[in-house]
Amino acid sequence: MSQLDLARLQFAMTSIYHFLFVPVTIGLGFLTALLQTGWHRTGSPELLRLTRFFGTVLVIGVAVGVVTGLVQEFQFGMDWSQYSRTVGDVFGAPLAMEGLAAFFLESTFLGLWLFGWDKLPRRVHLATIWAVAFGGALSALFIMAANSWMQHPVGYKINTATGRPQLDDVWALFTNPVFLRGYVHVLLASLVTGSLVMLAVAAWQLRRGTDREAFRPAAKLSLVVLVPALLLAMLVGSELGVTEAKYQPMKIAAAEAQWTTCQPCSFSVFQVGGGNKDQTPTKIFEIPHLLSLLATNHWNGQVVGLNEVETQYQQQYGPGYYVPNVFIQYWSMRVMAYLAAVVLLIGLAGLWLLRRERLYTKTWFLRVATWAVILPFLMNTAGWLLTESGRQPWVVQGLQLTRHGVSPSVDTTTVVISIVVFFLIYAALAVVAAILMTRYARRQLAPPPELDEPVPAVAY
Amino acid sequence: MAFATFWFILIAVLWTGFFVLEGFDLGVGMLHAVVARDEAGRRAAINTIGPLWDGNEVWLIVAAAAMFAAFPDWYATMFSGFYLAIVLLLAGLIIRGVSFEFRGKIGSRRWRGTWDFLMTAGSLLVPLVIGIALSDLVHGVPIGSDQEYTGNLGDLFTGYSVFGGITITVLCVVHGATFLALKTTGAVRERASLIGRRVAPAAAVAVLGFLAWTHAASGKGVLVNVPELIAIMAAFAAAALTATGREGWSFAATTVAMAATIGSLFVELYPDVMVSSTSPAYNLTVRGAASGEYALKVMTVIVAVLLPVVLLYQAWTYHVFRMRVSAERFQGPEAAHD
Repeated sequence: MSQLDLARLQFAMTSIYHFLFVPVTIGLGFLTALLQTGWHRTGSPELLRLTRFFGTVLVIGVAVGVVTGLVQEFQFGMDWSQYSRTVGDVFGAPLAMEGLAAFFLESTFLGLWLFGWDKLPRRVHLATIWAVAFGGALSALFIMAANSWMQHPVGYKINTATGRPQLDDVWALFTNPVFLRGYVHVLLASLVTGSLVMLAVAAWQLRRGTDREAFRPAAKLSLVVLVPALLLAMLVGSELGVTEAKYQPMKIAAAEAQWTTCQPCSFSVFQVGGGNKDQTPTKIFEIPHLLSLLATNHWNGQVVGLNEVETQYQQQYGPGYYVPNVFIQYWSMRVMAYLAAVVLLIGLAGLWLLRRERLYTKTWFLRVATWAVILPFLMNTAGWLLTESGRQPWVVQGLQLTRHGVSPSVDTTTVVISIVVFFLIYAALAVVAAILMTRYARRQLAPPPELDEPVPAVAY
Repeated sequence: MAFATFWFILIAVLWTGFFVLEGFDLGVGMLHAVVARDEAGRRAAINTIGPLWDGNEVWLIVAAAAMFAAFPDWYATMFSGFYLAIVLLLAGLIIRGVSFEFRGKIGSRRWRGTWDFLMTAGSLLVPLVIGIALSDLVHGVPIGSDQEYTGNLGDLFTGYSVFGGITITVLCVVHGATFLALKTTGAVRERASLIGRRVAPAAAVAVLGFLAWTHAASGKGVLVNVPELIAIMAAFAAAALTATGREGWSFAATTVAMAATIGSLFVELYPDVMVSSTSPAYNLTVRGAASGEYALKVMTVIVAVLLPVVLLYQAWTYHVFRMRVSAERFQGPEAAHD
């Protein structure tokens, strides 16, 4: 493997891992804040115990999310120094804003929330968990603004002396159409993830645990958040698809393995082959007009095929091969969409049972809901594969090719060493985090906390 | 003042802030198993930084992001050139960061012992590696005409940079010890004070030696360097104050010593951001490595609005957790873990 391949592998590995934890913390952040708000309003001791219970799961997620986020930040300079040099002027700004505006907020207030139970007035303490939740969401906002710039660069001009892009309109980064839809989609996906985690824990506890009564509000809350968030995520996601079809036609054509331009276009539910130009796919099942509708919002819309975009890109950017990995695109899109449909069915079934007042006792549903915890992680991973793999061979669409972004001074051995180090650490972390989260999820609820009197360090 | 210079100063402030704040929690991480023999004492030690360390660490994240945004060439050359050292740093930050959250989650002695060890090792690794890296910036590393690092891992470990790394690590130990003495009670407080008394003189001598070396090696004349003098005086003041048992003043002295030591490295570095040991012509400069005027201006506005707010709520956090943490609180079966 070349240094380029290894650097890409490292980025993929660490990003996917990081993004297993991020949506859980954003989603559970809001859900925990809602539980605590419920306690604040009603004074119900159950809600307080649930708040602290899910807060602990949240904290384990945050711990891993934060430390793996560090690797993400440093990696740009380590493996992708040419990328960093070229685009730091534009891409660096939202990263710095993330730290200043969001990360300080999330981290500082998480400390206040965790350790402040007996030190802050109730109302202030409630505000700290909301600050944590908003900090997480704000963090994603800046990261998505930076990422969207790689998908559809805006708000810059090329410095004629250096040949590098320079920021000239910061507002454009935050009104980028890819950003607006992408960010809302990620936020909703996080709520879906958080609520599915909460639902799974509550379902397990309702089926097997010792605090069955106490977990009812958690099951109910998670379902009430899950279904609307998922429906909206699907809606915004399909809008994002239309937007991307406009700015990154390659990505969407590859997601459909659509080599030739079509109008109207049918959606292939399942096909074998078609991964490269010369392979004729065997379409197992097709839905007429659906692809046109998904990609263009029109019943008879035209979807430009890979071959045509390829010819156009070669004229625009010079000789080269500009088609991303069609197999990854095709399947990551479908895994995401099909699993979303499965989750929707589970959510609707849950709501129906809730209405019939049988949610807490239907064993088959509780069992399915427990296992459904795997789905959001698969969906989130597939979503990122679709977005990031679909951008290839560009690191910044139209501006820099991925192979021109790597560090010239770094050799393959160095990257191999770091991949091994991070792989081992990440694997160990995954095992420990999974053990802890599972242990915690199965634990009894803690009794309500007691207050105690600390001794002053400095008298003033 | 040019925006590029402002951002250089700001990055210096961010690194200084990181070492002033995270400096003591790194020290506590290294010392927590030393200042207490029993579980209750260790938990008391860890709880002095429990609510604070995560917010402190963000200073590092923002410092790195600010380098990326304001000086892309600095960020690119340094992070790709120091690659394996940064892998080591990240490994340290990762195991340390999770050890705070993981160690108390399972009651077994072996589990806690493992995380105690990892917390200590991680807390040691972080200031050591960053200390070496910051010293390397000042002292110079092989950089070619294309701004790329041309050396190998070994070139990062010069006598000077290793001395710098050790000095900063020892400063973290003293800073952590004075913090623990200030924030705990009973046996933990006594042991922390004892460690402070014993290590502070060594730290003062190290700071003196390191800064003298820095000044001599930087070749910037014998002009009196104010932060270096302040650092040395504060380090010796800390040694004297820890001996008298005045905890608040000792901590103030280690704070100043830390801030002035890190600050002087950046004062020595200016107007470069990275010195090339190959040829002075290849040095990366504040002017040459900076982003465009517009980007810097936009971020200046953001910083001017946000940094005061951050300082306010972080200060408030310190106020909320101003109480001493007592080991007695963690004794008994109720407090086995949470």
